[in-house]
Amino acid sequence: MAGALKPKHQRLVLLIVALVALIGAALLAAWALRNQASYFYVPSDMRANPPEAGRAVRLGGMVQQGSLQTAPDGVTIHFLVGDGKAQVPVVFSGIVPDLFVEGSGVVAEGSLRPDGTFVADNLLAKHDENYMPRELEDMTKDQARATVAETTQ
Amino acid sequence: MIAEIGLASLWLAAALAALQLLAGFLAQRDSGAALAELVRPAAVLQALLCGLAFLCLLLVFVRTDLSVALVAENSHSEKPFIFKLAGAWGNHEGSMLLWVTVMSLAGGLIALIERRLPERTMLATLAAQAFVGLGFYAFLLLSSNPFERLSPPAPEGQGLNPLLQDMGLAFHPPTLYLGYVGLSVAFSFAVGALLTRQVTPDFARVMRPWVLGAWIFLTLGITAGSYWAYYELGWGGWWFWDPVENASLMPWLAATALLHSASVLAARDALRAWTIMLGVVAFSMSMIGTFLVRSGILTSVHAFAVDPERGTFILALLAIYIGGAMVLFALRANTVAEGERFAVLSREGALVVNNVMLSAILGIVLLGTLYPLLAEAFGAKVSVGPPYFNPVGAIFFLPMLLVLAVGPLLRWRRDSFARVKWPVILLAAIVVLAALAVWVFAGIAILPLLGMALALCVAVGSFLPLRGRSLRRLPLTVWGMVIAHFGVAVALFGMAADSAFTVEKLVAARVGDTAEVGPWTVTLASVAPVAGPNWTALEARLGVRYQGGRETELDPQARSFWTPPQQTSESALLTRWNGQLYAVLGGEAEGDRWQLRLWWKPFVTYIWYGGLLIALGGLLALVGRVAGDVKRRTALRKGAERRVAMENAA
Repeated sequence: MAGALKPKHQRLVLLIVALVALIGAALLAAWALRNQASYFYVPSDMRANPPEAGRAVRLGGMVQQGSLQTAPDGVTIHFLVGDGKAQVPVVFSGIVPDLFVEGSGVVAEGSLRPDGTFVADNLLAKHDENYMPRELEDMTKDQARATVAETTQ
Repeated sequence: MIAEIGLASLWLAAALAALQLLAGFLAQRDSGAALAELVRPAAVLQALLCGLAFLCLLLVFVRTDLSVALVAENSHSEKPFIFKLAGAWGNHEGSMLLWVTVMSLAGGLIALIERRLPERTMLATLAAQAFVGLGFYAFLLLSSNPFERLSPPAPEGQGLNPLLQDMGLAFHPPTLYLGYVGLSVAFSFAVGALLTRQVTPDFARVMRPWVLGAWIFLTLGITAGSYWAYYELGWGGWWFWDPVENASLMPWLAATALLHSASVLAARDALRAWTIMLGVVAFSMSMIGTFLVRSGILTSVHAFAVDPERGTFILALLAIYIGGAMVLFALRANTVAEGERFAVLSREGALVVNNVMLSAILGIVLLGTLYPLLAEAFGAKVSVGPPYFNPVGAIFFLPMLLVLAVGPLLRWRRDSFARVKWPVILLAAIVVLAALAVWVFAGIAILPLLGMALALCVAVGSFLPLRGRSLRRLPLTVWGMVIAHFGVAVALFGMAADSAFTVEKLVAARVGDTAEVGPWTVTLASVAPVAGPNWTALEARLGVRYQGGRETELDPQARSFWTPPQQTSESALLTRWNGQLYAVLGGEAEGDRWQLRLWWKPFVTYIWYGGLLIALGGLLALVGRVAGDVKRRTALRKGAERRVAMENAA
């Protein structure tokens, strides 16, 4: 096959293959990342522009006060995740992270059901009381402002 | 007093690094030849002083000296001894000091033992090593002094993050750091060789043990980190594509490529510029990893957020070292590029393909890790996760495995397809048959299916190089390769089996209730409070039976620490040869029920056995190389002695 080529040409072939592979990797990554750009949603995004049902995405927001309910099976919970503008109902079966409470930030991994409920496979575990998912940092400030506004009315 | 001694020796070590840099650099010119004598002693003394500083840090932690700010922030008098010790490096300042210490010890070791390189290259390498070290000394002394005093002393320490109070994690960071720092040595060698334009097979032979050592520690670190995340976080997953995990994976990928290209350079004097380039890239990945982990710039489940000022400092170091090395590379690459030639179909050719694939995967991981950062700069919040990394990475990872199976069968320089036809057909048949069998009998998803078929192919392929060779006389380095490649197959099999066959069960059980998960029957016997040295917990007692066999006990806990106040869940694991039963105790549900999460994960442990095998392969190769060097050196010395004796006799 390549036996007829001069060694110098053979190395050129390798170089070209290498370049093609690396450029291919970059293009592939760029393409995949463009698709991923909508991987993270806050509730108002999800309401305005919902991802197709069944696609794996993340939903981040605040667990709304008074919305947390446990189903009779003892392991399934329903709650609302909101960002001050919209709310998305979430259902999760599993053991909740230790710091998962009403009013705290949460990132849920899962997918949207056709009926508009978000089915979470995983609630992002927080390591300690100081940890706030970075995606939610801005939102907490809004949330804090909103809370202040509510309580001072 | 101890803290002051530590700080003083750190300053002195920094000063010696400056001297080492200056003398090593000036010694490159003829006028500075007198200074050359200073370089090696400076490196050794620097190592001793820096080691003393680290000892002092250990000592203040062991004594829980609460007048030292770092101790007050990260330790507690009631913490178990081993975690007091681990507390010394389980924080930003301490881990940076550990980094510098390991780096200076490596420099001292090079100065003491390395005699094979041309002296000028050696001095340039030690100068480069001092240059890198100096940046980290500056970082420590100017912005992260680990010995800073607290006045008045704290009444009690704040404790160590409970998640870090785990044997696995106590030794995880030092392991990774040994890897990172080993790559800094490879970087120094690369820069030294570029400075003196001496990129030779000898250079590769000198650099290779360091890369191997670093690579072994990185492999162990990644394996341990993955297992830690798996059992400690209680979510049953072993890889998250978390930035902190990627931070350790990226240098590993680069080091793996470097290891293979250095072999080509050592054996065949080809791939000179590429090997140097990888030396620079590998250390860049260590630095980027440190930056990502230590700057708090990225979201992470590991979240060691640290203030941005330090991130800026590391970023500046990154720019200086990497930028500088790249400029040097651009200036010098053409003078070192020409090497021996080889055909496309040859061992070299296969190793080039391996290098390209590894580089492609590295690029994919790097882009995926940095993309959220870039997107955020443009105001978009993005998180990149498994839906990106798994398929895109697999596109390059799976074909690389085919090359891994076939490459070692090829001859150096030039080979013909006819010679390797039968092994290749055999391997291809294995892939197809295995894929068919798994598809028919198990009906699993495409990636696990390919993974399993390829795992079998790689497992067989890794032993093919032994064919027709005397096993007793086989060099250790070949055994190393065989075992490391077999480890890849084992790990891949574990990954594929786990994602294909895991069974999960979630129940809210009353005491006495029974649940089935896969072949297991699990009975909740009791839930009772227990107490540890610095925590209390609820402990569930589970009676478990495999296919109705003898009953064994599992005790998952939900722990509460009080300094700092935090909850963790201690999962309980039962390991069998064919998999692991994984149990987590959750909260209390209504009606006296307890949430239990149970997984049966067939062959999941093979992921980490594979990691250990890969590291073992590296260790065998390292021992083989070092033993070979020692033997060669002894033979040379004996020959010289004999010649002297004969001359004297004459």
